[in-house]
Amino acid sequence: MSAVQLAPEAPGAPVTVAATGFRLAARRFRGNTLAVIGLAVIVVIVLFCFVGPLLYPTDQTHTLLEQANQGPSAAHWLGTDAVGHDVLGRLMYGGKVSLMVGIAAGVLATVVGTLWGSVAGYVGGWVDALMMRVVDAGIAIPALFILLVISAITTPGVAGLILILGLVSWLVPSRLIRAETLTLKNRDYVLTLRAIGGSHARAIGKHLLPNSVSTIVVAATFQVADAILLVAYVSYLGLGVQPPATDWGGMLSAGLTAAYSGRWWLIVPPGLAVILIVCAFNAVGDGLRDAFDVRGR
Amino acid sequence: MTTEPILRTSDLGVSFSTESGTVSAVRGVSLTVAPGETLALVGESGSGKSTVALAAMGLLSGNATATGSAEVAGHQVVGASEPSLRALRGSTVSMVFQEPATALDPLTRVGAQIAEVIRNHRTVTAAQAATEAVDLLRRVGIPSPEQRARSFPFQLSGGQRQRVVIAMAIANSPKLLIADEPTTALDVTVQAEILELLRKLAVDTGTGVLLVTHNMGVVADFADRVAVMLQGEIVENGGVEDVLLRPEHEYTKRLLAAVPRLDVAGDRPAAPVGAGSADAAAGRPGAAPVVDLRAVSVTFGRGARAVHALQGIDIAVHAGETVGLVGESGSGKSTAARVALGLIKPTSGTVSLFGQDLRSAKGRDRRALRSGIGVVLQDPVASLDARMSVAECIAEPLAVHRRGMSSADRRRRIDEVLDAVRLPRTLASRAPRELSGGQRQRVSLARALVLEPRLLVADEPTSALDVSVQETVLEVLGELQDDLGFACLFVSHDLAVVQHFAERVVVMRQGVVEEQGTTGTTLLHPTTDYTRRLLAAVPVPDPVLQRQRRTERLASLAAVTA
Repeated sequence: MSAVQLAPEAPGAPVTVAATGFRLAARRFRGNTLAVIGLAVIVVIVLFCFVGPLLYPTDQTHTLLEQANQGPSAAHWLGTDAVGHDVLGRLMYGGKVSLMVGIAAGVLATVVGTLWGSVAGYVGGWVDALMMRVVDAGIAIPALFILLVISAITTPGVAGLILILGLVSWLVPSRLIRAETLTLKNRDYVLTLRAIGGSHARAIGKHLLPNSVSTIVVAATFQVADAILLVAYVSYLGLGVQPPATDWGGMLSAGLTAAYSGRWWLIVPPGLAVILIVCAFNAVGDGLRDAFDVRGR
Repeated sequence: MTTEPILRTSDLGVSFSTESGTVSAVRGVSLTVAPGETLALVGESGSGKSTVALAAMGLLSGNATATGSAEVAGHQVVGASEPSLRALRGSTVSMVFQEPATALDPLTRVGAQIAEVIRNHRTVTAAQAATEAVDLLRRVGIPSPEQRARSFPFQLSGGQRQRVVIAMAIANSPKLLIADEPTTALDVTVQAEILELLRKLAVDTGTGVLLVTHNMGVVADFADRVAVMLQGEIVENGGVEDVLLRPEHEYTKRLLAAVPRLDVAGDRPAAPVGAGSADAAAGRPGAAPVVDLRAVSVTFGRGARAVHALQGIDIAVHAGETVGLVGESGSGKSTAARVALGLIKPTSGTVSLFGQDLRSAKGRDRRALRSGIGVVLQDPVASLDARMSVAECIAEPLAVHRRGMSSADRRRRIDEVLDAVRLPRTLASRAPRELSGGQRQRVSLARALVLEPRLLVADEPTSALDVSVQETVLEVLGELQDDLGFACLFVSHDLAVVQHFAERVVVMRQGVVEEQGTTGTTLLHPTTDYTRRLLAAVPVPDPVLQRQRRTERLASLAAVTA
């Protein structure tokens, strides 16, 4: 990603440099077994959700009561639920929503947080104080409370859910990026640029952002993990996407009553899927943080 | 030598296992320190001198392996168990580190920190230890030690903190004191006091001292014997006068030749300056200065907590001349440089750049003015963006001020300035981290010169570099100034460097200009006491001359206090 940042209008041979920095990070990342496993798990789950339905097509829209509540069998590997949907197929179908919403909300939170934090950190003074008090106030209000209020007013679709989740979770990354900006803006190379008359836009675009990329990417990874968990969480409370659409949290919610009657296949697969993907994203985030931790040396 | 040495290493080797394989840092080091004797271990960065000191304490980090032998008062340190090392450390052998700010616990009163060291090794009551701590503070020359013992480290100055660190080190009357760059973080006048203190302690108690330093002046001032290290090995070992005055090894000769020497009287060798030096020395009436600070004051903060960083200073730099800005830490010299750069707005006073008031210039004019400035800052690591190639770093001013330039022209210009700072053109595509400190500072210099500026502001450009590297960087800078005729504002704490490099010097102290004039006059025949004291405190790398200077300095200090 650093190559992308440096590529435009750069003279000389920028790509090789970005590549050496990136290659070093990649080598460190490959040395981290847990992170590599995490990445593999993410790839497998993404393929499972998006390519899986092509290889294992199931009907997830019509109610098929004659097939309801079957245990795992050759026809339905993970059984069927109370309205006759194939659980394995539903796991793919719901995973699509969970991943899409989670990743989009995580990225949205990181983008908003990055903009907010970098402006606060770079401008400083009373602007910084004001913007950070807004963040403090936001953190003081529990996200769950906001979600409950919103769901009482409206029933969000996928896009609405992304927007809402993104807007309740940008606060932590904004603090992180602000701290990073504060240290970077006083680096000698930024001072040098300003002394010779370089613009603020150039200082931010050429120095601050490329140098915070690692922090931003790591923050984004953890944000995605958090957002996937949050999607599961709100859907479990019945505030998520509405049937017949579903996601892993919704599946857990729907299957909860059935679990007491021994139909474990309604609960265990989506539960495991959420745990797996969240752990995988966290492992990748840890790996990335360690891999990028060689900057400037 | 009749007495048994207190420290004896034979064939000591240390290697580190790292990500990229095993690195041997120290090989076959054999040395001895006798009681009451000071051995200086000198060398440039990466020579392994600190590693030897740490190995003698058994304080090597986890990825290090020591071989051979290091005996402290007859106890083998290499391979010794942690409990036996703990018994040794702090009582038989103790250490003084470079940075007094981080060597002390910020949350504990200094008296308690000293008492803790005492009670770690001796069974005394808390009250006894506290009394002893006060005595120790008195011994290391801290005024009103009873009160000071109750101070926290942040309430003490850097020099006082280093005295506390020394008090902790000598708390259990160690037989060996290891001092790793004990005065490097301190101003010269404070350095002189700390060295005086260490010398007195060593003489009084017969403690052996292993002094690790890169500063040949400190060696001349303090050491009895010298061991010179190069790439992990000792290349020369002998008495201080032999090594510093009659060096035998090629490396020692080169090292000593590179040390900038402070000329103390009489004629000084021609400085590598431009043709304008004579004019500059004459004060150059007529011609307008390139940068002119008039009655500039800078105040940080407001009300009672306001810090007056600069108080009405006047500094002017003319075309082709180099003005050295010297002073101790906190004197405001860096702030003055930043005001000249327009990075800090003065609270009052005017700054004119190339004859134009920096404040009245707006937008395009202001940018045009700025294109005439080049900047080199101190830290070779932080000066270059690690995510850019060398070529991109150098081209940055072009990207700001010469947007229309074709990439072919740009590449040609980069090659030209790389040639000018004597770096191979092939470095253009490298990343800054692949370069040495000296190379990086030359890249900074190339970046500063790529627009052919009329003013170069250099804030401690060589302070982080080894002397031999410093010499090359200054040489390149001097030659370029001759060719291009830019004015240079050179901020430095090193009086010897300024003496050789600048035509005029401005001595600053606590935000005011103490004295200014031509280098030849001001630094040889200063008119103020402050400059005189500053000059007297600089140790020269000649043990005989330094001994004489020390006696004179102490005599004049005694005269002042008497």
